[in-house]
Amino acid sequence: MTDRLAATGSASAENVSDGAIAVPLTDIYESNDNVLMLLDMPGADPDSLDITLEKQLLTVAARVASSAPQGYTLVHAEYQDANYQRAFTVPDQIDSERIDATFKDGVLRLTLPKTKPSPAKKIAVKAA
Amino acid sequence: MLGEYATARWPDVFRETRRAQDEVNRLLAGLRLSQSADFPPVNIWAGGEGATVMAQVPGVNPDELDITVHQDTLTLSGKRDPEQPAPDAIVHRQERPLGPFTRTIVLPFRVDADKVSARFDRGLLTLDLPRPEADKPHHIKVARA
Repeated sequence: MTDRLAATGSASAENVSDGAIAVPLTDIYESNDNVLMLLDMPGADPDSLDITLEKQLLTVAARVASSAPQGYTLVHAEYQDANYQRAFTVPDQIDSERIDATFKDGVLRLTLPKTKPSPAKKIAVKAA
Repeated sequence: MLGEYATARWPDVFRETRRAQDEVNRLLAGLRLSQSADFPPVNIWAGGEGATVMAQVPGVNPDELDITVHQDTLTLSGKRDPEQPAPDAIVHRQERPLGPFTRTIVLPFRVDADKVSARFDRGLLTLDLPRPEADKPHHIKVARA
């Protein structure tokens, strides 16, 4: 929720569907060339992976198929079969055309390359 | 629980409180109580035939997973190698538990270790642990006297 607050600067919007949301644990490393993000999303359906970058907001979402075995009762639960969703505010030096995403063994690996910073422009002042 | 107080006659005065509860639940959904003891998170299903244990182990090589079963105890060990970022990298967030892990789970009953099967799919490990034949519940028929 705080991520969304930082991005929109207003009260968070409610989801249309009332399902529970699982927040994927994320590691973020920033180096000179790119920002590397690793998200733990075990059980996510790779076809349902939705990664969108709009303005400075990066949203990652995925659906999780219910995996309850038939005929058994749940006796101990430490995680839910909830859909994943998380949003991040990314710095504006990201080259959105070259974002690389790989999903392997339940880990989503996002490489966000940085654009070369445009040189500062000096503005000449005309004498009036 | 708060929703039980809303009836046709009285307005649902707890609607805002319930919404606040949902928001806080969503906020706290991502937190873990203690990292080392709780990784990997497991769900245990049990029935008359046996048990199914599902563990979330994303990014783990299934060949490196060490699974041992003895009577009613299941032990799961492995390790998650940390990512080696560039030497000049800044760490903005480090939430994923990394390094070696071991978990011992006591099941509600004994299982047949010879018939245990395991499969790993998209970071989810599923273990099928059937009970020995002699331990399965038997239906008792009642005869009219």
